[in-house]
Amino acid sequence: MASLKILVPVKRVIDYAVRPMVNKSKTGVVTANIKHSLNPFDELSIEEAVRLRERNTKDASKFPHKVERITALAAGPAKAQDQLRTALAMGADDAIHVQTDVGQESGTGGLEPLDVAKLLAKVVKDEGTNLVILGKQSIDDDSGQTGQMLAGLLGWPQATQASKIEFPSEGEVQITKEVDGGVETVKAKIPLVITTDLRLNEPRYASLPNIMKAKKKPLKKVSLEDLGIEAGGRLKVLKVEEPPARKGGVKVEDVDGMIAKLKELGAL
Amino acid sequence: MHSLARQSTLRSARFCLRHNQPIAISRLSAYRRLLSTLAVLEQRDGKLNTSSLAAVTAAQKLGGTITAFIAGGGVKAVADETAKVKGIEKIIYVDNAAYDRGLPENYAPLLVENIKKGGFTHIFAGHSAFGKALIPRVAAMLDSQQISDITAVESEDTFVRPIYAGNAILTVQSSDAIKFITVRATAFPSPELEGGSGEASEGIDPKAECNIEWVSEDLAKSDRPELATAGKVVSGGRGLKSKEEFDRLMPPLADALGAAIGASRAAVDSGFADNSLQVGQTGKNVAPQLYLCAGISGAIQHLAGMKDSKVIAAINKDPDAPIFQVADVGLVGDLFEKVPELTEKLKQ
Repeated sequence: MASLKILVPVKRVIDYAVRPMVNKSKTGVVTANIKHSLNPFDELSIEEAVRLRERNTKDASKFPHKVERITALAAGPAKAQDQLRTALAMGADDAIHVQTDVGQESGTGGLEPLDVAKLLAKVVKDEGTNLVILGKQSIDDDSGQTGQMLAGLLGWPQATQASKIEFPSEGEVQITKEVDGGVETVKAKIPLVITTDLRLNEPRYASLPNIMKAKKKPLKKVSLEDLGIEAGGRLKVLKVEEPPARKGGVKVEDVDGMIAKLKELGAL
Repeated sequence: MHSLARQSTLRSARFCLRHNQPIAISRLSAYRRLLSTLAVLEQRDGKLNTSSLAAVTAAQKLGGTITAFIAGGGVKAVADETAKVKGIEKIIYVDNAAYDRGLPENYAPLLVENIKKGGFTHIFAGHSAFGKALIPRVAAMLDSQQISDITAVESEDTFVRPIYAGNAILTVQSSDAIKFITVRATAFPSPELEGGSGEASEGIDPKAECNIEWVSEDLAKSDRPELATAGKVVSGGRGLKSKEEFDRLMPPLADALGAAIGASRAAVDSGFADNSLQVGQTGKNVAPQLYLCAGISGAIQHLAGMKDSKVIAAINKDPDAPIFQVADVGLVGDLFEKVPELTEKLKQ
């Protein structure tokens, strides 16, 4: 029986429903007093890890992969602990908070993906992780790099934008990935890095009792120095601007009006 | 272009003085090599994926030499053909069917070896499923912080990219010796396919072991133009109410316009349309001449994927839908009435 030690990196980001505003000095977006939440793709990662455990506890003969541990990790400011507590309330066993304010002042997305990948690689080795499930991108920086970088650093196979994760036989994982024009299925052995796509599952809400229980679950604090990571600062933010606004258009009365207007604009 | 190169050498020289770090040495060597870009192209079944040529267009903004890269079984013919693309000076090809599926697990070591050998300063690729999966892995293996999904090139080390679902535009400067860039295809029109006189040569093949196995694929088949590069896109949302209605109303409209079909996330999640049709932050980015949408409210995640369209037209029954704030032409009305009427009138 194979046992899984799962690491789920999560990120604190501006809530997806909030329209970000560029700050006056054009150095980033306004983050103070703005609602923050768990990056939506990371919710899917935790949900999937928890579902793997539930599949094993429900019927171990069908899913002989015991989930030994689900560790949530966040690298970010002190407040990122809120997101770790959410992960714990959803079913993670313990959490690691890598406290850092790097990249916070600019509001462009915190640590650079390469630094996150490096610290994750260190944690993976320290914790004996054999499955890392990450979101496919964070909705602030929109880079979509961390999972692939981590797999590259570890030399592990990677399955990005997963919409289905199956375990056809012991130690073997089959992943359906969202690609341009459809889906692609790949198969690999653990250890493995997976990044989640929106279609993977529907994350649960943390219930109040679970939120209370989560407060007692272990949360370890470490620093970048503890992990031997020097935040690179390879990229320098020169400026952050509002996108060019579209000119207000016109409303037309009927379909003929629409066709006439489209012809006038040269779109037909 | 020359002044750009000069600027960059000055800048790297300044950097070297400012930081007394070992990395400065690699920067110095980058300066000696000047600009030399590798554009990683995609192929499928012996055919060049022309939208991947956006990498070449973006690289042209930089100046310096452009070498294209392509790998797969029997790609010599593709390479010879690609060599004619304007702007490509050289093309490196690796003929090995092991790279047909573009699996990052063996494709990344392949690129690493060829980048090392060629001494490239910049690696450009499309921000497609292939580029997104591959380039970060390669960048990490060469200890470089990639820059994703750029929409403009400011100079050899400075690039522009949207963040926060396109709600902010970031200009960022890289200090890495090798710069890894993925480009938004809609921001860089494809170069001319003829008129160049590049030279094809074989690259090195490390034949790295692949620790993942390709099992199968299921691609949505369509005779319509490809969504990401179509000149016209018609897109449907939750307002279509069901898959039956989506299939009844959207394809005839698309056919009348010669357009590709897209969908909002709500429509995809509700099963009206295939996942691969999703337009938005988490789906595809499109920037067609005409984006005509029906039954889409215009959530920020959707706008992220289409607001660079030349002309946006919207049909929605809610006059306060946010989509009307970005639409050039808006029609308030019942789409079940308006869309068939529009389709009929466009056919005439």
